[in-house]
Amino acid sequence: MRGLPVLLLVASIAYGATDFNRDIRPILQARCMGCHGERTQMKGLRLDNREAALRVLSPGNSSASLLVSLVSGKEPKRSMPPGGPALSAAEIAKLREWIDSGAEWPQAGALTAPKVEEHWSFRPVQRPTPPASRNRIWPRNEIDQFIVARLDSVGWDPSPEAPRTTLIRRLALDITGLPPSPQEVAEFLGDNRPDAYERLVDRLLESPHFGERWARPWLDLARYADSDGYEKDYVRPHAWRWRHWVIEAINQDMPFDQFTIEQVAGDLLPNATIDQRIATGFHRNTLTNREGGVNVEQFRVEQVMDRASTTGTAWLGLTFGCAQCHDHKYDPISQKDFYQLFAFFNGAGELDIDAPLDGEMGPYLASLANYRKEREALLAQFKVGQHQPSWEARMKEARAFPGKWTDWDHALDALTKYLDNAMAILDTDPAKRSRKQTDAMTDHFLKNYHRVISKELWKELRFTEARKKLGELRQGFPALSEAPVIVEEAVRPSHILIRGEWKQPGAAVEPAVPGFLHAPPANADRSRLTLARWLVSPRNPLTARVAVNRIWQELFGRGLVRTSENFGRQGESPTHPELLDWLSARFMDSGWKRKALIKTIVTSAVYRQSSAARPEIEATDPGNTLLFRQSRLRLSAELIRDSALQVSELLYPAIGGKSVRPPLPKGVIELAYGTDAGWPESTGRDRYRRGLYIHFQRTVPFPQLMNFDAPDATVAACKRERSNTPLQALNLLNDPTFVEAAQAVAARVLRERSKGSAHERVDYLFQVSLGRRPNRTELETSAQYVRTQISAFEKDQASAVQLFPTALVGVSRAESAAWTALASALLNLDEFLTRE
Amino acid sequence: MRSPFRYAAFCLAGAGVLAAQLWSLKPIKRQEPPSVPGVSSPIDRFLRARLMREGLSPSPEASRTVRLRRLSFDLTGLPPTPAEVAAFLADEGPGAWERQVDRLLRSPHYGEKWGRYWLDLARYADSDGYRADRFRPHAWRYRQWVIDAMNRDLPFDQFTIDQLAGDLLPNPTADQRIATGFHRNTLTNREGGIDPEQFRIEQVIDRTNTTGTVWLGLTVGCAQCHDHKYDPISQRDYYRLFAFFNDADEDQMDAPMPGEMGPHLQARPAFDAKRQDLLVKSDVPRLQADWETQILEAATNPGKRLDWDHAFDDLRTDCEDGERILRTPAERRTRRQEKILTDYFVSNYSRVISQERKQQLKYDVLAKQLRELDATLPAISEAPILRALERNSRILLRGDYKQPGDAVQPGTLATLHPMNAAGARPNRLDLARWILSADNPLTSRVTVNRIWQEYFGQGFVRTSENFGRQGEQPTHPELLDWLATEFVNNGWSLKHLHKLIVMSAAYQQASMSRPELTARDPENKLLARQARIRLSAESIRDSALTASGLLAREVGGPSVRPLQPSAAGAKKWEESTGRERYRRGLYIQLSRTAPYPFFTNFDGPNGYGALCRRGRSNTPLQALNLLNDPVFVEAANALGVRVSSAPGGLAEQLDLAFLACLGRRPGDDERQWLTAYWKSQPEATAWAQTASVLMNLDEFITRE
Amino acid sequence: MINRRQFLRTASGFGSFALADLLAADTNPLAPKKPHFPATAKSVIFLFMPGGPSQIDLFDPKPELRKWHGKPLPASATKDLKLAFIQPNANAVASPRQFARHGQSGAEVSDLLPHIAKQADDLCFVRALHTDAFNHDPGELMLMTGAMQFGRPSMGAWATYGLGSEAKDLPGFVVLSSGTGPSAGANNWSNGFLPSTHQGTPFRGSGESILYLSNPDGVTRQMQRERLDVIRRLNEKHLRETGDAEIEARIASYELAFRMQMAAPDLLDLSREPKHLLDSYGVNHEPTHQYGLHCLLARRMVERGVRFVLLSHGSWDDHNDLDKSLDKNCRITDQPAAALIADLKQRGLLDSTLVIFGGEFGRTPMTQQQRPDINYGRDHHPNCYSMWLAGGGIRAGVTVGKTDEFGLAGIEDRIHVNDLQATILHTLGFDHTRLTFPFSGRNFRLTDVAGEVASKLLRRPPV
Repeated sequence: MRGLPVLLLVASIAYGATDFNRDIRPILQARCMGCHGERTQMKGLRLDNREAALRVLSPGNSSASLLVSLVSGKEPKRSMPPGGPALSAAEIAKLREWIDSGAEWPQAGALTAPKVEEHWSFRPVQRPTPPASRNRIWPRNEIDQFIVARLDSVGWDPSPEAPRTTLIRRLALDITGLPPSPQEVAEFLGDNRPDAYERLVDRLLESPHFGERWARPWLDLARYADSDGYEKDYVRPHAWRWRHWVIEAINQDMPFDQFTIEQVAGDLLPNATIDQRIATGFHRNTLTNREGGVNVEQFRVEQVMDRASTTGTAWLGLTFGCAQCHDHKYDPISQKDFYQLFAFFNGAGELDIDAPLDGEMGPYLASLANYRKEREALLAQFKVGQHQPSWEARMKEARAFPGKWTDWDHALDALTKYLDNAMAILDTDPAKRSRKQTDAMTDHFLKNYHRVISKELWKELRFTEARKKLGELRQGFPALSEAPVIVEEAVRPSHILIRGEWKQPGAAVEPAVPGFLHAPPANADRSRLTLARWLVSPRNPLTARVAVNRIWQELFGRGLVRTSENFGRQGESPTHPELLDWLSARFMDSGWKRKALIKTIVTSAVYRQSSAARPEIEATDPGNTLLFRQSRLRLSAELIRDSALQVSELLYPAIGGKSVRPPLPKGVIELAYGTDAGWPESTGRDRYRRGLYIHFQRTVPFPQLMNFDAPDATVAACKRERSNTPLQALNLLNDPTFVEAAQAVAARVLRERSKGSAHERVDYLFQVSLGRRPNRTELETSAQYVRTQISAFEKDQASAVQLFPTALVGVSRAESAAWTALASALLNLDEFLTRE
Repeated sequence: MRSPFRYAAFCLAGAGVLAAQLWSLKPIKRQEPPSVPGVSSPIDRFLRARLMREGLSPSPEASRTVRLRRLSFDLTGLPPTPAEVAAFLADEGPGAWERQVDRLLRSPHYGEKWGRYWLDLARYADSDGYRADRFRPHAWRYRQWVIDAMNRDLPFDQFTIDQLAGDLLPNPTADQRIATGFHRNTLTNREGGIDPEQFRIEQVIDRTNTTGTVWLGLTVGCAQCHDHKYDPISQRDYYRLFAFFNDADEDQMDAPMPGEMGPHLQARPAFDAKRQDLLVKSDVPRLQADWETQILEAATNPGKRLDWDHAFDDLRTDCEDGERILRTPAERRTRRQEKILTDYFVSNYSRVISQERKQQLKYDVLAKQLRELDATLPAISEAPILRALERNSRILLRGDYKQPGDAVQPGTLATLHPMNAAGARPNRLDLARWILSADNPLTSRVTVNRIWQEYFGQGFVRTSENFGRQGEQPTHPELLDWLATEFVNNGWSLKHLHKLIVMSAAYQQASMSRPELTARDPENKLLARQARIRLSAESIRDSALTASGLLAREVGGPSVRPLQPSAAGAKKWEESTGRERYRRGLYIQLSRTAPYPFFTNFDGPNGYGALCRRGRSNTPLQALNLLNDPVFVEAANALGVRVSSAPGGLAEQLDLAFLACLGRRPGDDERQWLTAYWKSQPEATAWAQTASVLMNLDEFITRE
Repeated sequence: MINRRQFLRTASGFGSFALADLLAADTNPLAPKKPHFPATAKSVIFLFMPGGPSQIDLFDPKPELRKWHGKPLPASATKDLKLAFIQPNANAVASPRQFARHGQSGAEVSDLLPHIAKQADDLCFVRALHTDAFNHDPGELMLMTGAMQFGRPSMGAWATYGLGSEAKDLPGFVVLSSGTGPSAGANNWSNGFLPSTHQGTPFRGSGESILYLSNPDGVTRQMQRERLDVIRRLNEKHLRETGDAEIEARIASYELAFRMQMAAPDLLDLSREPKHLLDSYGVNHEPTHQYGLHCLLARRMVERGVRFVLLSHGSWDDHNDLDKSLDKNCRITDQPAAALIADLKQRGLLDSTLVIFGGEFGRTPMTQQQRPDINYGRDHHPNCYSMWLAGGGIRAGVTVGKTDEFGLAGIEDRIHVNDLQATILHTLGFDHTRLTFPFSGRNFRLTDVAGEVASKLLRRPPV
């Protein structure tokens, strides 16, 4: 909650009473000048000099000052500032203190709207030298020097290093998203080499699960989902191909600049590979509206706007969306800037291409000829050839003379809605259509012909039966996987849209990057590729900072800039600006390598600190902005599931691939309006895959994910909440997945410690589920608990069998049930859900 | 029977040099590499110094395309893709080569290539051998373990301990027990009437000999019948070694693959209930109990009732672990044992009852029902492993199991370093530690030598299976020892060793033969050039699949049975479907009596004994195979499709075809010939034919 | 040692050899080679009868057994007898077959083999053969590769390794198999550790005679030739660049492969064989057709210079119903085998062709069943059994070796299968102790560590 102000607070600890320039000016500057400064004076109010400001100030009496009641939310209707986070208690305290002490405002203190180039994040990335520190022992690398310098300034020591068991669990979860196995823990504890920690880091960075763990935040930004959204919310059978690409790219440590270029403009690279085209699937994650009556062009425009603003957020950390309807209030983004960015994407179209996976080509080629033959035979049998051509002809007429034949208008509307690129195909001579196009058109025809013919004829044609047979035929033959990509399909003139209304084009605009930032090379064209290269140009002050900050956020729970979604002037300033720049520079200089950056961070002493609270200073810096300790972070929705499956060895750890549908609580899918998807439950081991592979149906998101704050995939999500609700408790206690996990953990312990005593089993159970050994009390309590449970279950065999249905050789039902109960208890510990 | 003098006769033959102390048994001496101006890599300094003494110069660095293709094959067994070639050619920065090395060492296919090399030594196969040659459904779990171990660069010492004695480690992990599958690759004879003891002994002998060959590079086997005539191995030595493996029996364990446990546990309760119900309905519990007593009776005094004798005999041979289960009291049988025996009972009870009884019991129906029920239960993978026990071992005179001599304790070769065992009775774990002891001059040398052999076509010691007197002398003893110590000092890391070698200039030099060398060093012992090495059977097939884009690249898993034109002697071969047919060669089921003909044709392993180096024959059948085998026809067609649907004109497409097959672009004359050829062919098949031409080139099946 | 290929190259600069020369030269590992001393046999046809034909019902009559019919044999005779399935005290069973003396030599052959009986004077019967194995796989390996362990080269491989092959357009070692096939399968014609050039090439009874011999669909002979030409051109270019003689060998292999594609059909084309000859082999008549065809092919291969033909028919493993199944196998093999001898002789090929008829071991005088009268059968018997040999320098019209009255053990001129192998190699001109190959640390040979030439079988015994 608190960023800058705490520093002020901290500072005042060091320097004494309030001082306008030091304490107040920054607040006004950052939070008010946007609307009440020299440039704009909303409601005619300006706060850039004392005289004007007196309208809302009663010197000596803060309680009577309108300013205070406005910023402290006492005026619900008019609480200020309107955008961005509310002022913190500390900031308000400062203001009150200042007003009460006479609102002293030095002559020289007139505030001017700071010039754009003065905003820290628009300034070029610096390469600061790490400050020397009097603490010579603690720092392990440069990062620590920056951190410790700040701590010195308030006279605090950093926290000691966390115990090794904590470190390995922290690393495993942060790097691979999976808790370590007892063997891994044992190996690490037993490794006395001086570089044991670094070796561990290297091993984890090499794990293919690294890609899964670090793909997820990027999927959040890309608002990835497996369905269209909106009313119809059609399933997107190929969406996963882009997710798969991200996982692989991250596993291969694809440099972030290339990672960027391929996603924004992979299709425009010289002889682009299939993979590079699949990368453009990033922008296929926009929602698709297939509701009746929606105008296709209107919807296309909305998609392009979404792509523009998403790009702004994901790479530049700026809220371009705000400039859709008017110039940006706080940031120098004009509406023109927005539509110039928009223009880069305006020519792009959507396409699903054949993108065979390894091993698909053989079966496909081997059976292709037969498939075509049998399909043609079926089409002939149902006389499709006799009706489709005339139908297509009528479609064209309907398009030429809208409103002439209503039913045909509807049919045309359906065609454009349900068949992607329908018009393009319609206009292609059937002989020249690609096989995909031909089939797509025929399939649509078979499904929709009824719209324009009599019930009798429809019955007589038996097209429903034909579709069924064609479907079965397709099932029987191996197909090639497809992938959703972006292609440059048309040159479309772009305009400023007044108030963002697609029907109200204003002045024409050309593709161009925001004027207040560096310009692309003079000779560069105006293609998406230019935009992509511009994003990752070493001169770009934002991209590297934004990316680095989000990686930091993953590893400490909060970014050096807490508002990782907004680096604009409404965002917060970095708590350690020099460190942020140092890391950003290093990131760029060392070839934009994610793994290298992460290694630098996790091998620092600040990362390795204990996360134990420090009562003596928590109150002074409740946000731990100075990083005087590590943070305890509740695991993300996916990682909670993954951990349970991992420790129980139920996890099916295959990397990548199609989305899966684990069992869904009854009644959930029924809530979905319109979706034709249903929820064909996955069978076998697919039910036990990692969370990020769970099919994400936008209108019916998977409850466990939502319970634990997964984003809803409508807009770019830059960080996740870490709420704590009773629903979560219920979820963990009663969700079949977690019950199964508890049973399997029990089974595992009983199997692998079949000859072990109760104490040995408890000991192993702790190692399995928490990656550490129990202390004496835990050991005793748990053993005692099991004993009582056993006797309880012996009296109640029925429940025993329910809790643990599988009979194990040489273990009584009561016993296995009791261990299940204990396992379930451990899987519900806060410690289990937390990365410490 | 044979007369002893025959052995004498044989042993005298060539029993010349007993005098000189064997070089390979002398302690390893690490000498610092000689300094050679301008040469940094220690390997090169050793080699270069030698060449200078001989007045020879090394060959120039091979072209980038050749080097990348060489490296890709040597580290992953696969050719580079056109994209990878392009990337390497484009990478002008310093350290470009090292970047390729690191990339390929990280590739999961590294484990497949080097796993296969180890499987040769482990005489891996998917069937028993002998007449029945029964399929081994779980053998692949060991293969899987090897691939994983290679990929995570499990240090060779741990790698050794796990395979020889993983089961004896404290709280061994499932993986460590699966590793003992190494010694489950011995053949199994299920022929009627064999004396199980005879074949158990044969298996123990095989385990002893294989261990000797694989880790010590000694043919201890000769000492099985008599003191070794060439190497200082007494028959007593041999049977002391033998005793370690005589203290082990075969076992089977549940070894669920990730993802198997969930579905299984879910389905289990229902399954158990149904099965019990079926059995009780057919009165199995009672009848089986009786049947067991009868058989045990026949077992204790045979010759009474022929049919029960046979019943016992069948049980011992046809029923996995049957006798042991039978002799285990019912209540102490594990769930698997219980099931095995009952299933066996149900399908074999008929052998000892009258037709009438058979009619009324209808166990054939029950057996069918049980099988169907089994099919409904999501399976848990199993793994063949070893388990420890204690036996009194004796010297077997002339290796004949019927002629036991003096008793022996487990122990190691007297002429080698002493063993300090943890317990009173040394076990396999002690043996493994003894093998890895710093005093052992053999293991690290043997291992390094075999790895070198993979990179240069022959080891320093070319008889990589034999470091004894019958073996050859090392060509570069100092380098061999230096590498051996380097290997050990770096935690027995294989990847470290590989990198060391492939970073050397010697490895990267051209393989063209040079007339002056051919005269001076016809066998290229001095390595003044790299070697052209015909690819292994698997790699040839893998290359064709890769070039054509057909390869299914997933790593690991059960064996597959691709299309196979029925070959003489082929046993049942239920063809895999879909992508399974396009998996890498090392996943193809190896049935010992009916190996995949293509592999036999290209000197693939037969799984009968530790194979330390592959043959590289060159036969007409190979030509026919590559020209006409449906698999290669399919590959050629697919490459045809791939190329013809690629952007660009004939020239670009031909470039792509060359890059895909040979990792390089065509030369002018090649371009001209193939263009002419392409034009001369019917359009429909022109590309397929051209592709097949490229896939039949010597260059295609050769690592240069 | 510097091998000849390299020598050639250094001598004359690589690539300068015409393909014809390459084939003649030792880039073709099958090029004919000289043996240790003059051979009496150029080729071998092994009529392999896996499973173990019952010598007691075919070649080695035991009237004595009538006395013991249905009773255990005297313990004295059966002590330390180890058999596969039955206990030594099992009941004996006499042979129901009629034995008569045939030809001038007066060899005893049972009524199951009327045709072979007619050739008696050309054959050499061996009665006291013995082996170490009483089971099929080890037994077959013992016979074919000289040792019970897997992975050793079969004698056919040794033959081509030692002598190369006269056949320019065919493999030197060919395998034809009918019936259920031998239990050790391909191991019976394996090249073991010898170069794979020497492995037996299985011609298949039906369909394609050689694997991958025919072109893929849509590829005409013309196209195949064009394909080979451009392959060769590219290979030759690469040969000039790399100077690796392996490429010369590769080119040679492709050329031989192509010629095999031409030659094999001719080999299989029987249209020019006269009808009476086909009839004598029983071709186009059942049950002899397939085996007759194989015997005829064997002759045609020998004519074309093939070194070793392994012609397997089985199985003869008659544990029960011996009467019926033995009769069946005899009806299949008797006439064709006899015809082969006659045909070879008539063409003057018999002198230079060694023919061997026999299996991995014999069968016991005792039955496996309780009672001798109902569908009785016999167990495996390694200690003594019979074979016959003919041609290739083997004495004709003799019977060598004697077994005891029960047919339990040999008592005169016992010949171990290793001795048989030594003898076979001798007829091919080799000292079996000197035809060796270095592998895994020692010099291996067909006769493992044993074997002595059985002089009694030879027309001209070694001096």
